Amino acid sequence: MMTARSAGLVGCPNCGRVHDVPAPGRCQRCGWRLPGHAPDRSLQRVWAWLFAGLVVYIPANIYPMLRTNTFGRTTESTILEGVVDLLHHGSYGVALVVFVASIVIPIGKFFAIAYLAISVERREMMQVHARHRLFEVVEFIGRWSMIDVFVVAILAALVQLDFAATINPGIAAISFALSVAFTMLSAQSFDPKTIWLDGDMRPR
Amino acid sequence: MSQSDQVHTSETSRSAAPRPGHLPPVEDLVACPTCDALYQLPDVPKGSRARCLRCHTVLTAPRDGAMTRIVMLAGTSVILMLAAIFFPFLELTAAGITQRSSIMDVVLVFADGPFVGLAIAVGALIVILPLARFLALIYVLAPMAFGWRPAREAVPVFRLAERMKPWSMAEIFIVGVAVALIKVAGLAHLSLGPAFWAFVALVLITAVKDTFMCRLTIWKTLEQRSQ
Ligand SMILES: [Zn+2]
Ligand SMILES: [Zn+2]
Repeated sequence: MMTARSAGLVGCPNCGRVHDVPAPGRCQRCGWRLPGHAPDRSLQRVWAWLFAGLVVYIPANIYPMLRTNTFGRTTESTILEGVVDLLHHGSYGVALVVFVASIVIPIGKFFAIAYLAISVERREMMQVHARHRLFEVVEFIGRWSMIDVFVVAILAALVQLDFAATINPGIAAISFALSVAFTMLSAQSFDPKTIWLDGDMRPR
Repeated sequence: MSQSDQVHTSETSRSAAPRPGHLPPVEDLVACPTCDALYQLPDVPKGSRARCLRCHTVLTAPRDGAMTRIVMLAGTSVILMLAAIFFPFLELTAAGITQRSSIMDVVLVFADGPFVGLAIAVGALIVILPLARFLALIYVLAPMAFGWRPAREAVPVFRLAERMKPWSMAEIFIVGVAVALIKVAGLAHLSLGPAFWAFVALVLITAVKDTFMCRLTIWKTLEQRSQ
């Protein structure tokens, strides 16, 4: 497969416009920063955001996400306890949605991004097509983790019935929202072209 | 909607050592934004899609009258969003008390105390960013739809609109509402207000609008018209 790179040209990572070498610093069509000028630090950014996301994900699971006060009695629940609560109420489908969005996707995403970043440095791992697929899935699905943050916001806004019931957000809502944002930034920093470099013809 | 999945791409010559002059001029080439594969894209017929042979990224999918439709759909979305902000979103009844909440209330509930940041984030993700994206698309594409020259700074505005896409989470918010409804089912009675349905309509329209978005066509048109 011939690529812009192997043809000695520079392709814009945003709009696909092809530039002759020496390429300008920014794409002539869309103004995107073209590769090849400054040293490429995208992989460092991937690791930095991923690490930040991991650090704030820990308190997100330890501290309460939701503080419910019914008739003077306060109960606090973490993300996992929220899922268990839903199971107790018999809402299995919703429990599954929250479990997948808040626990399976974030943890899966940490592994997937770390794996993609490592496999750029060590070439012999999974097939390029499978890796590309994985990257697409991570990019597509990562944002859906935000569901639980919205649930907390909606509940806290709605359930303010003085004595009868009040719901307030817990500190975990903030760290969880940050974790989702940081891992999204991590995935966005990843340059999908690095997945394909192996199959490309190298410029001489 | 005619959607032929047929691949209209033609790979450029596979000669082992590409020489300058052997390749067509760069204006006729497209590099896949995802994997950098090089294509010579002829005029792709309206209504069909060209995908990258290697990574299957959609390179171009031109549609008839796409610009006009995107502008109209984005305009509709703006109106629906304004309705969704101010009309009651959810109505809650418990222990004889009824409480109506608009999206504004959802955002403002955290506006004091340690959760200000969360309030700003939620407001940005469900209202400000989607709204900003609709307005940016109208600003960039309305002059294109009329065949005019691009508006001032159309290029950075469109780039920004593209950047905002993953952070506009209106559709995720809808799922959040559904989960919240079930969570309080035991505690109180919840019913959906008109703003909720405006919001659902907005999400559907956004999805339709995105099927008309061919980034390559828009970027090319912007480039040609600014010359
Ligand atoms: Zn570009
Ligand atoms: Zn490709």
